[in-house]
Amino acid sequence: MKGSLSKPDSKGHFGIFGGRYVPETLMPALQELERAYKAARRDVTFKRELGGILKDYVGRPTPLYEAKRLGEALGGIRVFLKREDLTHTGAHKINNTIGQIILARRMGKTRIIAETGAGQHGVATATAASLMGLECEVYMGRKDTVRQAMNVFRMELTGARVIPVDSGTKTLKDAINEAIRDWVTNVANTHYIIGSVVGPHPYPVMVRDFQSVIGREARAQIKRVTGRLPDVIVACVGGGSNAMGIFYPFSRDKGVRLIGVEAAGEGIDTEHHSATLTVGNPGVLHGTMSYLLQDKWGQIKGAHSVAPGLDYPGVGPEHSAFKESGRAEYVAVDDEAALKGFRLLSETEGIIPALESAHAIAYLESLAPNLERGSIVLVNLSGRGDKDVETVAEIFKGRTA
Amino acid sequence: MNRIDKMFSILKRRNEAALIPFVTTGDPDLPSTEAICLEMASKGADLIELGLPFSDPLADGPTIQAASQRALRNNITPMDLFEMVARIRRRTDIPLVLMGYFNPVYQYGLERFARDAADAGLDGTIIPDLPLEEAGPWIKAAKATGLANILLVAPNTPEDRLGKIARATSGFLYYVSVTGITGARTTLPDNLAQGLQAAKRHCKKPVAVGFGISRPDQVEMLSRVADGIIVGSAIVRIIEENTVPEGSAPVRALDARTKVGDFVKELKSATLRN
Repeated sequence: MKGSLSKPDSKGHFGIFGGRYVPETLMPALQELERAYKAARRDVTFKRELGGILKDYVGRPTPLYEAKRLGEALGGIRVFLKREDLTHTGAHKINNTIGQIILARRMGKTRIIAETGAGQHGVATATAASLMGLECEVYMGRKDTVRQAMNVFRMELTGARVIPVDSGTKTLKDAINEAIRDWVTNVANTHYIIGSVVGPHPYPVMVRDFQSVIGREARAQIKRVTGRLPDVIVACVGGGSNAMGIFYPFSRDKGVRLIGVEAAGEGIDTEHHSATLTVGNPGVLHGTMSYLLQDKWGQIKGAHSVAPGLDYPGVGPEHSAFKESGRAEYVAVDDEAALKGFRLLSETEGIIPALESAHAIAYLESLAPNLERGSIVLVNLSGRGDKDVETVAEIFKGRTA
Repeated sequence: MNRIDKMFSILKRRNEAALIPFVTTGDPDLPSTEAICLEMASKGADLIELGLPFSDPLADGPTIQAASQRALRNNITPMDLFEMVARIRRRTDIPLVLMGYFNPVYQYGLERFARDAADAGLDGTIIPDLPLEEAGPWIKAAKATGLANILLVAPNTPEDRLGKIARATSGFLYYVSVTGITGARTTLPDNLAQGLQAAKRHCKKPVAVGFGISRPDQVEMLSRVADGIIVGSAIVRIIEENTVPEGSAPVRALDARTKVGDFVKELKSATLRN
């Protein structure tokens, strides 16, 4: 995790982005968290415990798999999948929750809260809390508790309490508001595990560092297998934690193109999408300055995607900085294309991706024709599709009927 | 001397604390807010906080969240608030302070927002998600137009930080009574008076206390220590309860104005120290 805190300034700014736009009550908590995190990063005991749990409980390192039939179907490029779908709980989210739960315990916090949209981060938090025997409450928009009922049950099975949120749009952004309100109220004994590279400093840095295990492993693996670095890395972006996790360790490798794929939902010219970096503009939400979906008066808009994990009107501030500097490119793929990507990977490789990750797969169809034969593309397969099978079955059934 | 400083210095001589009611602008509609403000001014309010509605008010409890939602259904913008302030300003000299989250201010443009706010007759701003570290550009823009920028401290703010914030605030210092969100509470923290006294030791400017205060007895107790008492959710709730919804669009508050006026009068009498 070297040099990770040198990137933003001391107040957590990546250029104009990032920072701490929070009520005063949270400032001491964020400073305490920053101090604790800095100390933990240097502490061998912390690193050893984290590494041990990632290996024996999460199942790291995850494989790097060359999807040859997919590569052929795309016209002869080489596609490598970083298999985060094979981690315990089925998505990359667990890398971050394990890191934060060890930190929370070190800080003497006895209660854990989290927000969740699709439920993957909620499940990963509930799982980590169960592992450490800490009390856990998860805020989830009422609408999401209905469409992701299975994940609600998984959280409850692992001992967490799921609190449905009825304010605002009743989805992820309101679940975050509610979690922040809880944290403001119970800050003395509670740690808030944010699930993406969003929120006030130090969260974007800390979550990036915990997720960077993906990119560090992938970098070593791909060099071992191909003898070189990839030409392009592709990952889906909602808040952006899986993308930042795989991008960051390659961010100084100038020859490697980084492409973040946002959700265009029903189309970026409609009101129903989550393409924050593609069509949004900078503003402040949930404690950080970053690109947002908002109206001209600064009211935050609702987001939409067939993939519930991408359904967020903000994005991590470091992605905004990557966009401004040109270090990464951001594109958007609509629901329809994502469903095609979902099917493509299932049919060519026997791997059913999460609908979120299917956006990254789907973008390969636009990308591949512009690449030379034999180009190496690394894709972060951030999660598995079990949670989405019912949704997709419903959609396909509706079409054949 | 600006209207806020003048008000506090007059009250000091009279041995009273300032009564500072809060309303959300455009809840249930703009004409009602305007009428309620004038009524509150005539019933003894010393300064009025005008909420600028925001879609994601993360420091607010259910009462003010709901008020923001109602106001946003009326598509309230900063311009609507400024125009209303200009109309109120023609009738009264009561200090008026805008309370709103940072993003609408940022989208409007800091310099332009400060200029339009000052031109309309606002006296200051309270931006709860803009702590000292991020407030620099806004403080500069506000200062250039003579607007006060009122900063907040909380019960868990360390002493050294409290000192820094106390030096940077203008108008007054907003002491948040609880580690929590806005909303009426039956009990206030036991150590509130001590916290307030610590804030007063660090701050040469007036210190007003808010969050959770809803009853005359609380106002009376706090008036012994604080220079101003802020009451928000309790007033917003009277407006909510006395507005008859017609379909989904709320209609003008009929009884709300009188009831809020009576409540403000009762609270104001509790701020007199002798």
